[in-house]
Amino acid sequence: MATKSLQKSGSDLANSNRQIEILSNGIFKSGELPTFKAKISETNQFPLKAKKLEILQINVGYMCNQVCDHCHVDAGPDRKEIMTRDTMKQCLEVIKNSGAHTLDLTGGAPEMNPDFRWFVEEAAKVGIKDFIVRSNLTIIRANKKYYDLPEFFKKHNVHVVSSMPHWTRGKTDKQRGDGVFDKSIKALQELNAVGYGMPDSNLKLDLVYNPSGAFLPGDQMSMEKDFKKALLEDFGIQFHNLFAITNLPIARFLDYLIASENYEDYMYQLVEAYNPSAVANVMCTNTLSISWNGYLYDCDFNQMLELPVNSKAKHISEFNEELLEGRNIVISQHCYGCTAGAGSSCQGVVA
Amino acid sequence: MSKPYYDSADLRKFGNITEWSEELGNKFFDYYGKVFEEGALTAREKSLIALAVSHTEQCPYCIDAYTKDTLQRGVTKEEMMEAIHVGAAIKSGATLVHGVQMMNKVNKLDG
Ligand code: SF4
Ligand code: SF4
Repeated sequence: MATKSLQKSGSDLANSNRQIEILSNGIFKSGELPTFKAKISETNQFPLKAKKLEILQINVGYMCNQVCDHCHVDAGPDRKEIMTRDTMKQCLEVIKNSGAHTLDLTGGAPEMNPDFRWFVEEAAKVGIKDFIVRSNLTIIRANKKYYDLPEFFKKHNVHVVSSMPHWTRGKTDKQRGDGVFDKSIKALQELNAVGYGMPDSNLKLDLVYNPSGAFLPGDQMSMEKDFKKALLEDFGIQFHNLFAITNLPIARFLDYLIASENYEDYMYQLVEAYNPSAVANVMCTNTLSISWNGYLYDCDFNQMLELPVNSKAKHISEFNEELLEGRNIVISQHCYGCTAGAGSSCQGVVA
Repeated sequence: MSKPYYDSADLRKFGNITEWSEELGNKFFDYYGKVFEEGALTAREKSLIALAVSHTEQCPYCIDAYTKDTLQRGVTKEEMMEAIHVGAAIKSGATLVHGVQMMNKVNKLDG
């Protein structure tokens, strides 16, 4: 179980260039993997183009109360990158003036940004159709100052999307740390108590499942059935949808894959499961990711690999929807993670 | 370095068996695919059965494949081990129940 971010522990994988080098050149003993570019070219899908902007995903900082083993952000309590109120103001301008209908706040634990509540209050006034906060659940129980988060979310009609690696304690704690399961259960019960996740409730509560090791997620629908049954029977918990997400081979998950000698096999799995029909709907085609310091990326993964958008507009202060639409998306080998099997995005399967 | 008989990378080449007998190979894979679809049994239940059988058959490729497959379906390690015990119980039961045949034969031959 990780206790520090890669950055804090001085790992060479904290350097995004090193990660890209591993992904591009491979560290394979035998055989060679086709490039993602070659793969999508087979079906004339290269270059991958951005369509109309629908989702703005804002990463308000890499600080987190957890240090999950698979974290693609390399987030943790030791990460200090935090979006300032000034950058948030620039984001609000863009939200007001862009055609995006969904706002997706992520981190780290977004709630740990000192201006988080201010931002939610301001953003909620702008009339976005779907306002998502990616909450890791345990933050709600981490400290007294967060205990009222369920009420706060409710007040601003926030759509809560939370990670839950498994319905059993063992698997959850293995991936996310000791005690995470019990705190997550308590947080889910509190969200349920204010109305989140109830079958007819407008207060949306979705869970995100991603595998606890070097394997791909199973069928989203049957996983959802199993999660619902177990959480209801064991803890009386209800939620709306389960999104099954594939772990992308970057940051701490890449570190884990290499250390456990699963990297080669995992990359083969991704390539073998490559599904050309998932390509058209990968999330970068309708999403823009904004980093804590205001730079623009095709997705949160490209943000972590420091691969900025291929556009003249590179920063939120230069935002220009027309310029960004139709841009060529920056791809690399990690993109196989979005197109394996039924595909994977922040909203689960795409094909 | 001596090469082991089994190489885990060979599992990836399983599909290649169609190259030397296309029709039969394809028929097998069609059948195989159908067997593991959701049916009266869930795909999860079928995967656990396959895991148990892969142990009684002692096929390292199948053990690898169905260990991964059950993990992908959210199966816990306790469930996986119990499934293997089911296989082991049947295997040992099947061995022991033949003891009755041995006993019958002894009784016949040796009064
Ligand atoms: S996966 Fe989420 S909860 Fe875990 S360390 Fe990363 S940002 Fe925090
Ligand atoms: S990793 Fe990012 S850029 Fe690559 S396919 Fe996925 S969403 Fe698109």
